Amino acid sequence: MKPDSVIIELSPEFSVGAKQALQNTQLRRNMGKATQTIRAKRAAVVGEVADWEELRDAGERIKADTMAHLDVYIQQLEKNIQAAGGTVHWASTAAQANDIVTRLIQATKSKHIIKVKSLTTDEIRLNEALEAAGITPIETDLAELIIQLAHEKSSHILVPAIHKNRSEIRELFQKAMHLPDLTDDPKDLAAAARTFLREKFMSVKVATSGANFAIAETGSVCVVESEGNGRMCLTLPDVLITVMGIEKILPRWEDLGVFMQLLPRSSTGERMNPYTSIWTGVHPGDGPQEFHIVLLDNGRTQVLGDSVGRQTLHCIRCSACINICPVYERTGGHAYGSVYPGPIGAILTPQLVGTEHTSSLPYASSLCGACYDVCPVKINIPEVLVHLRGRVVREQHTHVTGWLDPESIGMAGLAQVFGNRVTYEAAQAMGKLAQWPFVHEGYIENGPGPLGAWTAMRDLQAIPDQTFRQWWRERNKHDDNA
Amino acid sequence: MTTTRNQVLSDIQAATVRGQRPGYVSHSFATDRTPNAELSPAALVHMFAERVSEYKAWVGYSTTDGLSAAIAARLEMYGTRYVVPADFPADILQQIPCIRDEQLSHADIAATDGVVSLSALGIAQTGTIVLDAGVGQGRRALTLLPDYHLCVVYAASIVLTVPEAFARLRASIVERRAPLTFISGPSATSDIELNRVEGVHGPRRLEVIIVDAPGR
Repeated sequence: MKPDSVIIELSPEFSVGAKQALQNTQLRRNMGKATQTIRAKRAAVVGEVADWEELRDAGERIKADTMAHLDVYIQQLEKNIQAAGGTVHWASTAAQANDIVTRLIQATKSKHIIKVKSLTTDEIRLNEALEAAGITPIETDLAELIIQLAHEKSSHILVPAIHKNRSEIRELFQKAMHLPDLTDDPKDLAAAARTFLREKFMSVKVATSGANFAIAETGSVCVVESEGNGRMCLTLPDVLITVMGIEKILPRWEDLGVFMQLLPRSSTGERMNPYTSIWTGVHPGDGPQEFHIVLLDNGRTQVLGDSVGRQTLHCIRCSACINICPVYERTGGHAYGSVYPGPIGAILTPQLVGTEHTSSLPYASSLCGACYDVCPVKINIPEVLVHLRGRVVREQHTHVTGWLDPESIGMAGLAQVFGNRVTYEAAQAMGKLAQWPFVHEGYIENGPGPLGAWTAMRDLQAIPDQTFRQWWRERNKHDDNA
Repeated sequence: MTTTRNQVLSDIQAATVRGQRPGYVSHSFATDRTPNAELSPAALVHMFAERVSEYKAWVGYSTTDGLSAAIAARLEMYGTRYVVPADFPADILQQIPCIRDEQLSHADIAATDGVVSLSALGIAQTGTIVLDAGVGQGRRALTLLPDYHLCVVYAASIVLTVPEAFARLRASIVERRAPLTFISGPSATSDIELNRVEGVHGPRRLEVIIVDAPGR
């Protein structure tokens, strides 16, 4: 079903947001440093795994199998969670999911909840829905807390506050936690967050989380984290509510072993992340005695039905593609206007909310392919980008105005000219004559008219004095003479 | 709710038929990656110890007979009030100053100087310890709230690879439906400029005693 919530800020086009971001030198410095650090760490730990390519193949095949038989696996998961004492809820849309979670929290009478970092709850804007119902959500991941205190949006799926450096974080904590003497040493900043949140962990009785994986065969749910805030939220409260996209399922227990090798190395560049929690329903005498899981569609079945786009659902949210992307490194995440930035966001967001709202995102890439090379489940991001560009163009052509725009007219003209040898060679001859005022050492750096938009960022190679066709004919003449 | 369930299910079914359904693929590749058979038991333990300490956790060694004294020697350094799981083996407990977790409140647990637990297994390649709520491991809050966790890992329980660990843990999940916790070093964050900083919400100090390591 079509999603009803908007995960993106439908504000400026990517190119507009990118231009704004590029003018912020502090942001560019922070982003450059952070992405370089993480790329080096990832390369080192991936390099020590001899069969990394086989592992990627395994990851891809498990996910492809999951998607092809998702209806079977999701019912198996439901049955096993219920058998273990959990309650399963279904949501077609973000609004339905938010309603379910709000009602579950209201039933506990709690006015606060503690939250494990979760992209899915960001996607459905759960925090806003809860606040509207008078419930205060407390983000417990350090970066999410920073973003929440700064009233900002995430700019990276793994490290939402990646655009902020230590002194900016210190200022924020000094104010919010009343710690005027706090230093900008990351150790002190982490300790401040520990003290600030410990009291919440000990007192709040309801937690929400997302899920990295869920095992159909056993009904187990898995959360991967670093700080221990996840363990706190999954262990201490009386009630736990997990919101999970339907694509996070893995068929069998051993499949998780494949992903626990792929994810930490691709994500934080570690052999293993500090903490991973796996629970199955309710464990008597240990942890929350009430467990709910909301299985969320919100546009995913639309993606599933597209044979090229479907691989997007294989994503395990590691962020390797984001860290390697030359576009993201320079613009940061906010330019993408979505909780899912970078290459994966450029293909996921348009498919979830429709290309009609996000027509610029499939173009937020140079198609260099670095994202595909690092993807631990081998999502062919450039292929999906090109596929979506095609969709954008076809959609524009469904409107009369689409046909009348200068690009469409230009392309139709080019198709005529390039479709016939005589017109093509005539155009080359004319181009050679017309270009001379603009050519500088073999390149056109400032094209006239609409071409100027293209050459603003690139140089166009001029039509040479002798074209290939002319050269070919000359060559044949010489051969005949010989 | 039933109608939403049917809606999502029929949307999935419509989408999978549209996007074609290839046959089931074999999953043997997920587990048949052969571990490095060349590695001696001593080298395996050495790799585990080395990788655990790379996370800035302290690693020590002991024999079964000397374990109680070895634990007591570490505990002496940090405090006097420790907690152990309710079913912690009595023979190891002898010299350890602690209380058992007999329905302690979260506040009681948090107020201790540390926790001592056993473990299910260790993974050498990643320096990971796995808890599966088995004997001497306790409930999850017990090894989470104190600021110091001393974990006992038997050398015989150490495996080389992650898939081997998952194969061994199948019984814990399927037969006992146990909650699992994977621990790789003390709690840490990379949220500030992507540098790893140890010590956030989980235990800020993790120590590991490896018992009966071959060749030591």
